[in-house]
Amino acid sequence: MAEVLIKNGVVYDPLNGVKGEKKDICIRDGKVVESVKNPKVIDAEGRVVMPGGVDIHSHIAGGKVNSGRLFRPEDGRKGVEAKTKVCRMQSGYSVPNTFATGYRYARMGYTFVMEAAMPPLAARHTHEELVDIPILDNAALPLLDNNWMTMEYVKSGDMDLLAAYMAWMIKATKGFGVKIVNPGGTEMWGWGKNCSLNDSVPTFDVTPAEIIKGLAEANEKFEMPHSIHVHTNMLGHPGNFEITKETYDLVKGIKPEKDRQVMHTTHTQFHSYGGTNWGDFESKADVIADYINQNDHATIDLGSIILGDTTTMTADGPMEYSLYQITGRKWTNHDVELETGSGITPFLYSGKSPVNTIQWAIGQELALLVKDPWKLALTTDHPNAGPFIGYPIIISMLMSKKRRDESAEDMHKVIYDRAEYCSIDREYDLYEIAIITRGMAAKALGLHEHGKGHLGVGADGDVAIYDMSPEERDAGKIQKAFLNTKYTIKGGQIVVKDGEVVATPDGKTYFVTPECDDTLTDEMMVKLKDKFDRYYTVTYNNYAVQDAYVPNPYEIKAPWRS
Amino acid sequence: MVEVTDVVCSLCGCVCDDITVEVEDNKVTKVKKGACSVGKSKLMGHNRIKSPAIRVNGELKDCSYDEAIKKAAEILAASRRPLLYGWSSTVCEADKVGVELAEEIGAVIDNTASVCHGPSVLAIQDVGLPSCTLGEVKNRADLIIYWGANPAEAHANHMKRYSYVSKGFWTEEGKKAKKLVIVDVRATKTSKMADVFLQLEQGKDYLVFSALRAILYGHADVVPDEVGGVSKKDLLETVEMMKAAKFGMTFFGMGVTHTGARHNNIVNAIQMTRAAHTHTKFSIMPMRGHYNVAGINQVCTWETGFPFAVDLTRGYAWYNPGELSATDLLIRQECDAALVIASDPGAHFPGESIKHLAKIPVIQIDPFPNPTTEFADVVFPVAVSGVEAEGNVYRMDNIPIRLRKLIDSDYPPDEEILKRILDEVRAIKEKEEK
Repeated sequence: MAEVLIKNGVVYDPLNGVKGEKKDICIRDGKVVESVKNPKVIDAEGRVVMPGGVDIHSHIAGGKVNSGRLFRPEDGRKGVEAKTKVCRMQSGYSVPNTFATGYRYARMGYTFVMEAAMPPLAARHTHEELVDIPILDNAALPLLDNNWMTMEYVKSGDMDLLAAYMAWMIKATKGFGVKIVNPGGTEMWGWGKNCSLNDSVPTFDVTPAEIIKGLAEANEKFEMPHSIHVHTNMLGHPGNFEITKETYDLVKGIKPEKDRQVMHTTHTQFHSYGGTNWGDFESKADVIADYINQNDHATIDLGSIILGDTTTMTADGPMEYSLYQITGRKWTNHDVELETGSGITPFLYSGKSPVNTIQWAIGQELALLVKDPWKLALTTDHPNAGPFIGYPIIISMLMSKKRRDESAEDMHKVIYDRAEYCSIDREYDLYEIAIITRGMAAKALGLHEHGKGHLGVGADGDVAIYDMSPEERDAGKIQKAFLNTKYTIKGGQIVVKDGEVVATPDGKTYFVTPECDDTLTDEMMVKLKDKFDRYYTVTYNNYAVQDAYVPNPYEIKAPWRS
Repeated sequence: MVEVTDVVCSLCGCVCDDITVEVEDNKVTKVKKGACSVGKSKLMGHNRIKSPAIRVNGELKDCSYDEAIKKAAEILAASRRPLLYGWSSTVCEADKVGVELAEEIGAVIDNTASVCHGPSVLAIQDVGLPSCTLGEVKNRADLIIYWGANPAEAHANHMKRYSYVSKGFWTEEGKKAKKLVIVDVRATKTSKMADVFLQLEQGKDYLVFSALRAILYGHADVVPDEVGGVSKKDLLETVEMMKAAKFGMTFFGMGVTHTGARHNNIVNAIQMTRAAHTHTKFSIMPMRGHYNVAGINQVCTWETGFPFAVDLTRGYAWYNPGELSATDLLIRQECDAALVIASDPGAHFPGESIKHLAKIPVIQIDPFPNPTTEFADVVFPVAVSGVEAEGNVYRMDNIPIRLRKLIDSDYPPDEEILKRILDEVRAIKEKEEK
């Protein structure tokens, strides 16, 4: 029996209400236990101890990510590191290779990452890369909103059949939940067009609003661990904050099947824009934060900007086209039959640009203005607003008003008059940081019931020990500590020591099995098989992801609601 | 007799997956439907390498797999500049072991893209690739352009399953309601079907792309009366068709990647697509040749960061096509050993490259004998992926599909041979370190 005892640490475990207490953590056979007999002892010597980090939204694996790597050799060359006795070769900055992705997350103390967008038809690709990412436990959200089947059921109002389709697709893709990206808009991009929340999608005659509501209802027909996960319409457009608010309102009346939100909206920074064009562009983070403060059915993640060069990628094909038209840089697009699409283009976030400066402000303003940290998670929508290795920068900003004021001095002066950034005094403490980097994400994903995001007895032995004392106030030192842990422990095994990766166990892939009634499934299948016979270019029998693609599975059953 | 449906073809980049075959006494006895004649021939099987062999005094002598593994590992472990080449006609699981082997021995790993759509990759790295899956073409496209490609003979099911002849959601009438434009230097079986056939002069693709771009951007006035052998009238007519289409699609082949301006041709083809996109929906896709050439590019990219011509001598990936592509290394006589898998440089490389390849120790892994076998020093016969072994492959539109195993075989799969070589190389290195 492998045992570990972490002693003399100052523990922040928000899901168990542990707020900076000196506390021992005992691990046996990969799980947290009450006590141990003959453990390997790690003396944390008063350092900050947290559960392994949980990232609710990041693009780390699959077709888009790899197209990003392929068409950006200039990014690949940025992060090269030679193989070692323990580690495989590394490359890339905004689009790191699979190995670097695992190592760098682990070095920041993260042990679980959600791949945020899996095109169902290319799900095998996503899983091939997830298997190749060392250390991290993972899962992926299949895109289910621009699918013809979804739109047809939303139109006909057959919510039970929509649920049956949703269930089959999540099972077929070995996915985790329902991802929605620019509903309707990506289908219209098949014809080079886009749409907004209440526009009708030609041929299918449904609105994005109806799609979102329909999928939210379908999701709550099962005890799904996660709510619908939404990238709202009109991402990145000035004035889109109204649409964002309206999207939240859509699902307000729907009752969640579990104790969680009904809707998680992602990379909210990109959806909190005021103004009518890039000239009068301004922050509406305050309005969005007010909404979140006053309502309990929606959660958000930040999509906070990291200044510098990055690679943007999303299933929102028309949005990437707009971005490419602004920059004139290279642009890749990949529309996926009957289901979804994607676009990729490089982007430079510059503090000299008024627009980028306001974007920088908005991401952090959201975190500072939403009062309850349980309603938000720290993300950069990696790599869209910046690579995940920028998280420690955001943490240091949120923890230090001084740091924010210093950063503002280096940025475009609009930060003083078109954002509230400099007038907010709030500083996060470590407990709140632990909430937005692990506790909240685990809870919003329903993974706290499966041992993630906390250190209670029975939890996974995933622990991050940061090389800082709880009293540390120097923002630079905080940033440094969160970039490379003193120790990262994954399932009771030390995987990072003194900022170096020392072991690379395989991660597990979490997937959900929504349990749908056979009669409903059979009825739905008639329609689905017709789609395969007439429109798909892959046969029904070759479509579903085979077990071989998920060699380390963790299944979560989601029964039909009682 | 057992009938097997949904069989996936492991021949070309079309990766047809709706084939039905009959299996009897552990043999594919009949291909009932779905496959083209070349695919059918592969599924039915043909002459194979019989036994592992090692070349002794100029002659290949049969040996055991153990002996061949030992010999191959010795060659690779002793090599100062090994080249691992091929990877396109095998599955991703094998490709992954290949990258690991290359990393272990500090090899250059390159794949057949470097003599195929390598120029397309360079173009994509310059300007990106506005593309889509083949089903988007099937369901939406009403204008199909094949440029420097002859699918009627090289990708025989392509038009039927995915493009001009197929029927889909908005294309129920099939080819009746579509336009076909063929651009080529000569009349082909495909060009006979075309609504418009632009026969251009050899090597003038770049000029014709430029002319079409200019017209698409509203600058017809700068285009001369004839461009690369094509009349301005025909060019104007083609642009009108492009603008009138609801969804236009360009497929391009080797005729564009390896003539005249090479990768700049493709940059220009993509720029033409962008120009057309200002009028209507337009996409573009390379006609990938081998069934998993897209897959080795994928695996190599997610593991090393780069799609082909990757040097791992330094322990990290160094990418520089033109310097590190297989033919260049061989012409410079730089490598001192090579492993060739699932490809045939002996038939396809320039003479200068083959000359050097014939001089150095060559390890070959392949189900079938080919010209490379004639000078290979260690030969491993393996199972045929898609018939005797399963695994993941990427279709030309980068859609992953799992090859099925139809019959049992005494031949091991590629992946197993590679793993055993890797283990043996590690054992040798461990011994040397001690």
